[in-house]
Amino acid sequence: MPEMNSGEFKIPIGPQHPALKEPTSFSVALKGEKIMGVDVRLGYNHRGIEKACEERTYIQDVYLIERICGICSHSHSTAFVQAVEEIAGLEVPKRAKYIRMIIGELERIHSHLLWLGVAGHEIGFDTLLMYTWRDREIAMDILAEITGNRVNYGMNTIGGVRRDITAAQAKEVMEALKPLEERTKYYIDIATQEPTIVERLSGVGYVSKEDTIKLGAVGPTARASGVARDIRRDDPYSAYDEIPFNVITDDHCDVYGRAVVRLKELMETYKMISYGVMNLPEGPISVRAPRKIPAGEAISRYEAPRGEDFHYVKSNGSDHPERVKVRAPTLANVQCVKKMLENRYLADLPIVVAAIDPCFSCTDRLIEVKDVDKKSSDVIEWNDLTRYSIDWYRDRGIDMTKVGGLK
Amino acid sequence: MDAEETKQKLVSKFVLPDTSIRSPRTRRVFMEIDYARFREALEYSYNGLAYKALAAITGFDEGENLAFMYHMSNEEGVVLSIKTFVKKADPSLMTITDIFPGADVFERELVDLLGAKVEGLKPGDRYPLTDDWPAGQYPLRKDWKVENLGEGGSCQR
Repeated sequence: MPEMNSGEFKIPIGPQHPALKEPTSFSVALKGEKIMGVDVRLGYNHRGIEKACEERTYIQDVYLIERICGICSHSHSTAFVQAVEEIAGLEVPKRAKYIRMIIGELERIHSHLLWLGVAGHEIGFDTLLMYTWRDREIAMDILAEITGNRVNYGMNTIGGVRRDITAAQAKEVMEALKPLEERTKYYIDIATQEPTIVERLSGVGYVSKEDTIKLGAVGPTARASGVARDIRRDDPYSAYDEIPFNVITDDHCDVYGRAVVRLKELMETYKMISYGVMNLPEGPISVRAPRKIPAGEAISRYEAPRGEDFHYVKSNGSDHPERVKVRAPTLANVQCVKKMLENRYLADLPIVVAAIDPCFSCTDRLIEVKDVDKKSSDVIEWNDLTRYSIDWYRDRGIDMTKVGGLK
Repeated sequence: MDAEETKQKLVSKFVLPDTSIRSPRTRRVFMEIDYARFREALEYSYNGLAYKALAAITGFDEGENLAFMYHMSNEEGVVLSIKTFVKKADPSLMTITDIFPGADVFERELVDLLGAKVEGLKPGDRYPLTDDWPAGQYPLRKDWKVENLGEGGSCQR
């Protein structure tokens, strides 16, 4: 947080807070309503997982790594097992690769629909939150049907997957895709044609293509600024080298673009799942993996819903890894947030932060607001800031309660 | 530029032995270089070979040395990992935030978890440990145990 001058005060709330999600704090310097600078303090939920991995066996680590994130759990476990399999020289059966891809894309559906709901909530459009989270249940039900769990699926193991997709389940997946596709088309119409939403999101949280590259953004955050980075195409893993799909980009470079990219890539995801299910190869779903992994090192990259998930694993010949390094996509994207907020209004902060789809995993957000003229500071809770943001725009004619055409 | 071409260019530029550079599979290059030539290698990779994205920095405790592996990627999906070493007794290295502004948080992680001294980092919050984390405790060092924190330590269970 910035240095405080005498006479200033701050009210500490958090970092653990019973009502809010995501542990990070933003310290915002203001001039009137304009944001002059932002400091981000991360690390509240650092759990020492990399160190813990060194003290456990590879197979224990699969389950530990899966718990880095509640939403991208399959992303992390896939990235990790791929690295271990590469070091061990294991040839994972094709059917397992397809199943990993299908689960990964189902995970993307639930993540993107969750994001759309959160984005709706942050701009006062709670009807969208209710609709998208209802539709998200379709994907959650399918994941529970195949894996037994709504999150932390436990599908991956070193050498393949632990559960098969039966013919009956495959049929259910195909059935579930129909309403999801229909609803997503409708959300694309709402996001791109409803004037209130277009006006609220356009130009907000702008970050140029050059800055996006320089700051190392990944995933939909990068693709919405015209940077066509997608690990599924650039560095294909599991079955992606056999699955036809388009990398969705947009050149609006703002929150509107980030919404459009996520929605359009959902349509690609449905095609990919459909292709995967229709062309699911016959054969085994895993190969036997050794308990001890020969000495070596490998890098595994995975296109998680939020962007590139990067894992590095070094082995020493024992059943414990020597080093495990994880770089989740939010750490790459959070660097862009400062740029996105420069010279914007305080009322834009909630949606700009939400638009990178941050995942700090569990608890606290608190905002310290500092008026650079008055040299005073205060602390605002996230909910209050969201309310302020909604009221601020409503006073200027952007009122989500008046959005028509919902079905 | 693919992995093989990257490897060839680095070998000819820095006269590296086979033990210092390898491409174990497509789209992966691992390279080791002494710290005196590290900055030149990084700049050459960024400007000359178009590795414009920094994915992560992995730090290692390797006994007498601390090692740092800088993972950079290009638009063709190739990851070039450059590893360099400094003495653990004097673990100083220069920031690379002038080339990769996004490296800031990765370098703070090296400071907190491995006890590296990164010169040139802008003043700012530490990451990822708590503000009251005891000095001299670096959790990713191999000899570090949670018991080191003693009674009432920050992460005493």
